[in-house]
Amino acid sequence: MVTLTINGNQHRIDAEPDMPLLWAIRDLVGLTGTKFGCGMAQCGACTVLLDGAPVRSCQTFVGDIENAKVTTIEGLTGKVAETVQTVWTELDVPQCGYCQSGQIMSVTDLLTTNPKPTDDDIDAAMTGNLCRCATYHRIRAGIHEAAKRLEA
Amino acid sequence: MIPKLMQSLVLPVVAKEASRRQFMLGALAAGGGLAVGFQVLASSPAAASETAPDGNKASAFTPYLTIDSDGKVMVLSSQFEMGQGSYNGLATLVAEELDADWQSIDVRGVAGNVKAYGNVAFGGAIQGTGGSTSMVTSWERYRKAGAAARAMLVAAAASEWGVQPAEITVENGVVAHSSGKSGGFGAFAAKAAAMPVPTDVTLKQPGDWKLIGNPNLKRFDSARKTNGTEQYTIDVKLPGMLTAVMIHPPMFGAKVKSFDAAAARSVKGVVDVVETPRGIAVVAEHMWAAIKGRDAVTVVWDETAAEKRGTAELMTMYKDLADKAPAAIARKDGDIDKGFAGAVKVIEATFEFPYLAHSAMEPLNAVARKNDDGTLEIWGGHQFPDVYQMLSSQIVGITPDKVQLHVMKTGGSFGRRAVFDGDVVVEAVHVAKAIGFRAPVKVQWTREDDMRAGRYRPSYVHKLKAGIDANGKLVAWNNHVVGQSIMAKTAFDGMVQNGVDPTSVEGANNLPYAIPNQTVGLTTTDVGVPVLWWRSVGSTHTAFAAETFIDEVAEAAGRDPIEYRLSMLEPQSRHAVVLKLAAEKAGWTKPLPKGRFRGVAVAESFGSVVAQIAEVSADSSGSFKVERVVAAVDCGLAVNPDQVRAQVEGGIGFGLGAILGEEITLTAGKVDQGNFDMYTPLRIDAMPAVEVHILASTNPPSGIGEPGVPPIGPAVANALYKALGKRIRVLPFTKTLNA
Ligand code: FES
Ligand code: FES
Repeated sequence: MVTLTINGNQHRIDAEPDMPLLWAIRDLVGLTGTKFGCGMAQCGACTVLLDGAPVRSCQTFVGDIENAKVTTIEGLTGKVAETVQTVWTELDVPQCGYCQSGQIMSVTDLLTTNPKPTDDDIDAAMTGNLCRCATYHRIRAGIHEAAKRLEA
Repeated sequence: MIPKLMQSLVLPVVAKEASRRQFMLGALAAGGGLAVGFQVLASSPAAASETAPDGNKASAFTPYLTIDSDGKVMVLSSQFEMGQGSYNGLATLVAEELDADWQSIDVRGVAGNVKAYGNVAFGGAIQGTGGSTSMVTSWERYRKAGAAARAMLVAAAASEWGVQPAEITVENGVVAHSSGKSGGFGAFAAKAAAMPVPTDVTLKQPGDWKLIGNPNLKRFDSARKTNGTEQYTIDVKLPGMLTAVMIHPPMFGAKVKSFDAAAARSVKGVVDVVETPRGIAVVAEHMWAAIKGRDAVTVVWDETAAEKRGTAELMTMYKDLADKAPAAIARKDGDIDKGFAGAVKVIEATFEFPYLAHSAMEPLNAVARKNDDGTLEIWGGHQFPDVYQMLSSQIVGITPDKVQLHVMKTGGSFGRRAVFDGDVVVEAVHVAKAIGFRAPVKVQWTREDDMRAGRYRPSYVHKLKAGIDANGKLVAWNNHVVGQSIMAKTAFDGMVQNGVDPTSVEGANNLPYAIPNQTVGLTTTDVGVPVLWWRSVGSTHTAFAAETFIDEVAEAAGRDPIEYRLSMLEPQSRHAVVLKLAAEKAGWTKPLPKGRFRGVAVAESFGSVVAQIAEVSADSSGSFKVERVVAAVDCGLAVNPDQVRAQVEGGIGFGLGAILGEEITLTAGKVDQGNFDMYTPLRIDAMPAVEVHILASTNPPSGIGEPGVPPIGPAVANALYKALGKRIRVLPFTKTLNA
């Protein structure tokens, strides 16, 4: 048994310590906003925040994080995240939307740690998040727009 | 039975089909609300079952929309949603004619009534999403459904208020009368269902449209795709459901000889390990247990019938074939020999295209459950629902009407979920059957399973030869395409005519340029690697070969690439118009800063024509970046201009990733790539700025999900030639540039 703190709630789950956090979140806790895309930290679809910092949950193991706080897309709150989500809908960033939970986790972290990112900063922070629909043009525009609104 | 069903599939798009059909309006009460649909009078030769999506036996009036007593409008989409925005497009058509409140609109996928949902662009006898036809097949149908529902709501209100229908207005989901009486749709939905069905409806004039063509209309589904609540196939969870991962053959055509699952069975959470016709399935309580269990299974394969060749051997064979005479002729204009005899300059080039994987972000999956009453339910990305329904019914031994399909949204597809044999959908049914239907089963592929399961964009070689006369005029053009057929030996075999699979040569045998002597030949190869349509299908390779080679010809003739293309086009032709628009917007004739280079390409696919001008920065070391792409698009009437823009932006990113670095290779029959470390779609750092200019058009809507893809490769290659002096003929680019 492992205890996880996800979005402020404690969950006792019947899992071996080597279970990736991704599958614990999806299959045992039952939160499905966090997505599976590659299983080897190549796509970012499974990105969650661990004590506020983004990690790939497919390569984070439940046995290692018993004392950490996990935030998934369902538990994402705060001015930065809400601004990002608003801008995302206003710009109609998503196409299939499958990668977007991960994109929004990464963007929220980027704008929290770097409120006015340059294009190069965006490239550095976001290259780990694949979008097969290639919504990158609007992701970039969305980040700049959210930064502008947060500054105001 | 399936081949017969497919005979009627007609590609390319037949845009006029809908208006030729006769529609009769029908309505039925649905749960206290209103449901509207049309019955296609022309009887469909291969009408499958008529099970309504909600499991009720449906009449032939299976609806295109419902309105519930809260006034919520649910559009029932025959077109599958994989990110391309078909749900949003169909919702726009319905809401426009219904004068609905856009905020009250929702959409869900439906299947199981080919009379109502058959794709008219495919001849009407099969439901399917593909060939960028969603708007083509829906344009009349869903507007008429909206208009009919509106008329019935008005009739209901008129009777309740004792006024004339003509005195009633409908706006933004509110039905009103000048006396001051008004109400929402929900207040009249039940009564409207009992109203006489209009025998004909008048559609709005374009000048009265509020939603169609409105560039500010937002997608109805962006919020749920931003907060994690959108539900995809991977998110389906049923009581008692088990999760299975597959062990597929390591080579295409290999079969299970024996397997040992003893160790796997002792892995915590593993419930069963079963053999199916498609491989071994490890069935477990959750995904991680299934993956761990899979690692513990050993399988001995019978590789007798497997395809054992590798990419290098196949390419050598293809290039040899390309030097020989083609097996079939796909286009023949004039006299090619005479054309070359009259040429003063002849140039030749051979192009090589790799296999490409769709690699949608959501790896393939499906969920199957057999119920106590003998019915089967399947949740999945049902891009060819009638086919999946029929195949699944055969596996279980029930009639197709006992199979209920739940059409889920999926994280991409790009063609991958439109398969002849049901693929992962029938796999889920096989696994459920192998465990005796004792629990619902979700089959979830890992990324590696997805990438190694085949159904690739076929690998091709194109051999081109062109001749110009003393005035630089292109007088002879010969193209020999070599590669696998997507449709031959499948249910679509009937589409292959005189040895020509149209998907192998589309974009090559319909060049718009006036070339007096022209031959396009095709040699179809027989290789055991399964292939499939991949976003924009034939034009993924034909447009690259043709549009880079045209640039070579223009250079040989000493002419500007755009001016040379225009010299071979009618000035008012769609190709010419988009080329000129792109040139103007990109400032084609304006000088570029040092280190910047431009390239152009134009291509028609799925009834739409797209020109793109790519601007590339490069330095002497050979490193480069695509900085900016200007696209000009003629897709007929743009129902959702912002979605047209989004599809072209995404198509450019999708196509650019492919030509820059994507390839699937095989070594001794085994696929080398398994994940995104080896197979490399575009990432944000390589995405150019994109500008999309949409031509104002009153023609009916044509395709947009795919047509943004074909021009980007050749436009960038043409720019890179100017930058680096290298012609890119072997794809992906990394192969040529690192050579
Ligand atoms: S699923 Fe974790 S990074 Fe792709
Ligand atoms: S929106 Fe489809 S993968 Fe990103």
